[in-house]
Amino acid sequence: MSAGFYYGTEVFLNGLMTGVLYSLVALGFVLIFKSSGIFNYAQGVMALFAALTLVGLQDGQVPFAHLINSIFGTQVHHFGWHLPALLAILLTAGVMVILAIVVERYILRHLVNQPDIILFMATIGLAYFMEGFGDLMWGSEIKKLDVGIPQGGNLWIEENTAFLGGDDFYGFYLDSLDIVAAVFAGLLVLSLVLFSQYTKTGRALRAVADDHQAALSVGISLRFIWVVVWSIAGFIALVAGIMWGSKSGVQFSLSLIALKALPVLMLGGFTSIPGAIVGGLIIGVGEKMFEFLIGAPFLGGATENWFAYMLALVFLVFRPQGLFGDKIIERV
Amino acid sequence: MTMAETYQTPDGRTIGGQVMEMKNITLRFGGVKAITDISFDIREGEIRAIIGPNGAGKSSMLNVMNGFYHPQEGEVWFHGKKRGPMKPHQIAKQGIARTFQNIALFSGMSTLDNIMTGRLTHMKTGILKQAMWWGPAEKEETENREVVEKVIDFLEIQSIRKTPVGRLPYGLQKRVELGRALAAEPKLLLLDEPMAGMNVEEKEDMSRFILDVNDEFGTTIALIEHDMGVVMDIADRVVVMDYGKKIGDGSPDEVRNNQDVIDAYLGVAHD
Repeated sequence: MSAGFYYGTEVFLNGLMTGVLYSLVALGFVLIFKSSGIFNYAQGVMALFAALTLVGLQDGQVPFAHLINSIFGTQVHHFGWHLPALLAILLTAGVMVILAIVVERYILRHLVNQPDIILFMATIGLAYFMEGFGDLMWGSEIKKLDVGIPQGGNLWIEENTAFLGGDDFYGFYLDSLDIVAAVFAGLLVLSLVLFSQYTKTGRALRAVADDHQAALSVGISLRFIWVVVWSIAGFIALVAGIMWGSKSGVQFSLSLIALKALPVLMLGGFTSIPGAIVGGLIIGVGEKMFEFLIGAPFLGGATENWFAYMLALVFLVFRPQGLFGDKIIERV
Repeated sequence: MTMAETYQTPDGRTIGGQVMEMKNITLRFGGVKAITDISFDIREGEIRAIIGPNGAGKSSMLNVMNGFYHPQEGEVWFHGKKRGPMKPHQIAKQGIARTFQNIALFSGMSTLDNIMTGRLTHMKTGILKQAMWWGPAEKEETENREVVEKVIDFLEIQSIRKTPVGRLPYGLQKRVELGRALAAEPKLLLLDEPMAGMNVEEKEDMSRFILDVNDEFGTTIALIEHDMGVVMDIADRVVVMDYGKKIGDGSPDEVRNNQDVIDAYLGVAHD
């Protein structure tokens, strides 16, 4: 086997890992879209906000420090503690639940029965508000996020795959962080599926996704379900925020990962959880392989930036509802 | 009839006191009056029908009863208490279940899951315990599953338990919807045209189920129906509506011989 083959396989595996992260972001979109028909533009910013809050809590940053200092002329910045990672994550999850309650109370509740486009606009507003709010609360400098996930090439995999090739092959290089991310994403999806299939709230969630009126008639409170859904989307954003944040630092460009979720959704369908996962993997692998096979040798590289959108566009022409999305049938 | 009074039906059942009373209900949509000053009551254990031509305001009345609409005037009394402004899901928790004219099932879910949603008002464990599938949550799930299995047996739909309801024929979907309402073990069951769009055989099946529900569980039922024949067969008392007004109220025989009702249904010559 040629070295190119092994390198190609490695690219493929790395594509899968990146794809998992895309899936994770897309999953947040799908959940909210399914249950309330809202395309939540703020999903990416939620990931950013979660990561910012996590770092802030972990490092004992004083929230709104800048604001407090400029009003009262004080010089507070840190509480001077360092929280254990797990505790900080749990607290951040709590913050995400509070966020869900606030969103339901002050936005969704007032926009019931409004056209989808209005709700979409509201989430754009929410996205920018949260970006500004996150900035005000935790400051805008790039922060390092470390919750103890191992990083760098995974030696075990390298050593145990080295025998596959010849003398000049040292095994596949996979980042440990990516592997952890993939495992967590897998667990998250599994627990989501179990929760929605085998618990009463899960059932209520699916019921609301199907028919609001019928859901009300069997005694389901839409408000409660919305809080649950946005909380779950918040947890997913938190996981995505942790993974991306550990990888590339917590910075405001983190919110742009939402844009990568768009082609994933077009591919997988806006209403399908398996679609979000498969779509993410296809995009992840697709863009890496395209870059490797065609982009770098023939097009001068940097195709990763646009490949996903191109693929989604081509896909839209042939299957507008996505791979797993509900088929759009309009009664005439 | 006053509150405490009871009455005997021709087939020998004793009908109890008031379950629900509508007092002078008026419902407007903007300038359009859907319901004008209507009063009637529903008594424990009876099958109460609301009939009337298209657009008479029957469905609006049902929507008032289960809280989808809030009347501008009038009062709804349930089990001897005046009902304040409540959300539909709270009213469902009080024990009022319903079906819809244009079937409103959760089409992506199986028959079993659909009927399980009917049990939601009886399930109390918190979301955290459910998430961990903790003892009480599991026990509750099993108990409620038993009730659901009984409903499934009762409605003779064992063979479609796992089928997504979107794939079922119309008649069966109607039956599943009835099952979801029954699973709630309601104090009052509202049926919005349970036989609309059915063929004769399906109608007979559905009539039988409605009578059996009333007979076996003693469930109080209020139903809207178009088909006069069916209504006269199964209802104990009938309210007749036309253009949002009540034009008749009484036993099927009384209603059948009411001149206003005959005019509304057959038309009246203007000379």
